[in-house]
Amino acid sequence: MHVLVAIDWHVIWLRIFHPDSAFARALWATIYISVVAQALGILFGLVAALARMSRFAPFRFLSGLYVLVFRGTPVLVQIFYLYFVFSWPTLNLGFQVPGEALAGIAALSINEGAYMREIIRAGIDSIDRGQMEAAKSLGMRYGLAMRRIVLPQAARVIIPPLGNEFNNMMKTTSLVYTIGVYELFADAEQGYSQTFLPDYFLAVAFWYLVLTSVWTFIQAGIERRLAVSERGDELTLRERLLAAWNPMTAWGRSAR
Amino acid sequence: MSSATGDVVMRATDVHKRFGRLEVLKGVSLEVRQRETVCIIGPSGSGKTTFIRCINHLEKIESGRIEVNGQLIGYRDANGKLREDSERSIARQRTQVGMVFQRFNLFPHKTALENVTEAPIHVLGVPAKQAVDEARVLLTRVGLGDKHDTYPGKLSGGQQQRVAIARALAMKPALMLFDEPTSALDPEVIGEVLTVMEELAHEGMTMIVVTHEMGFAREAADRVVMMDDGLIIEEGTPEHFFTAPDHERTRQFLSKIL
Repeated sequence: MHVLVAIDWHVIWLRIFHPDSAFARALWATIYISVVAQALGILFGLVAALARMSRFAPFRFLSGLYVLVFRGTPVLVQIFYLYFVFSWPTLNLGFQVPGEALAGIAALSINEGAYMREIIRAGIDSIDRGQMEAAKSLGMRYGLAMRRIVLPQAARVIIPPLGNEFNNMMKTTSLVYTIGVYELFADAEQGYSQTFLPDYFLAVAFWYLVLTSVWTFIQAGIERRLAVSERGDELTLRERLLAAWNPMTAWGRSAR
Repeated sequence: MSSATGDVVMRATDVHKRFGRLEVLKGVSLEVRQRETVCIIGPSGSGKTTFIRCINHLEKIESGRIEVNGQLIGYRDANGKLREDSERSIARQRTQVGMVFQRFNLFPHKTALENVTEAPIHVLGVPAKQAVDEARVLLTRVGLGDKHDTYPGKLSGGQQQRVAIARALAMKPALMLFDEPTSALDPEVIGEVLTVMEELAHEGMTMIVVTHEMGFAREAADRVVMMDDGLIIEEGTPEHFFTAPDHERTRQFLSKIL
């Protein structure tokens, strides 16, 4: 094995410091697809988690089936199937959302929901039963008690793994290039196919790294705000960032 | 001590409850009148905690009936058979019954004040400003007028339990249930909680207190009820209990605990 082409620094320089309008479009697609798919994934996960804890057996069964199917099959297969089994319209929300992007969002969010179900359920399970009992003894109904008492506390447990999920989501969106969505990876692939210079992939790797790094900052901020109150052992933003950037502890922030 | 001559607030009739094979309540009947303070004592496993948890339907019952202010709790009469009531009406029934737990169960993500205002605002629909004013009064009454904005995690056990009492009182319940309210507390803070409870009893709150604090039972109770093995085996005034109990089992229990 030998290197076919030396690194073309000029291409990388251009791709990083002189992004064109196609790149901007691709970046925007990657961002909105990952944000919307993650948000819907949380929603699906929450519904599935509540169904899993339902007293009504068919709900529990459906929730189990959902996780079995969508965690047990490749997300790429799900993307292709959903894309080709429906005809997806183009949406105009001030910017064009092509049908491929809708199909991609649908597949990614449904897949994500299966993972979020477990994360949300673990979060809810971590809250002492006495909290629900206290809420009920004050006359709260199940939904109100969940919304006002249990879920806000569970959020603290859910947020760190949720952050990791979103980090993965931003990278996984590259798969929707395969059904024709013009996102970051498609943009790089197009550059490559016109020049056969692999440096386009190196440049796009840099952009993914920028996205995930920005997210790390945002997540650290969110976790810090959630940690306010309660035990008084909250970390400062700086401590959290240090922990996040330390390769030994990155993504394994349950230590504290 | 208050004179207990009012109407019946809580009436339990022949309540049976089992956990799987284990029968924990084997036919418990008890009446509690307005302004009365009843202490339930007895060895652990005798069913005292289970019994008061049935009174606000945190536990289902197999048979018998429990009424608060004449209203059946947790069930409705369907041609002589009891069917579990809807979640909505159970929730509404619970607003009349305050509960204080052994482990406080304060909401850790809310300040002391927010703990107290939470249910009046979101369950009863009391305007926020009024709920806050009332909560301030209640917190002052339990001696925590300076802790409004403190989170439970920063309060001692005794302080947390007093917030929990204020939280239950904020619903203006007809009946207060206390489930071993001092059992999880350090000895030095038990007194501050008992003092608040004694004041409540003297002010005429109707209370059912499961407790091992015989001093409290002697001071504040109008009536003491002894439970053993899922049954009420003896009830009477504190004087009766602590001087000449009828039942051999009661004598044994008291000699161990006093």
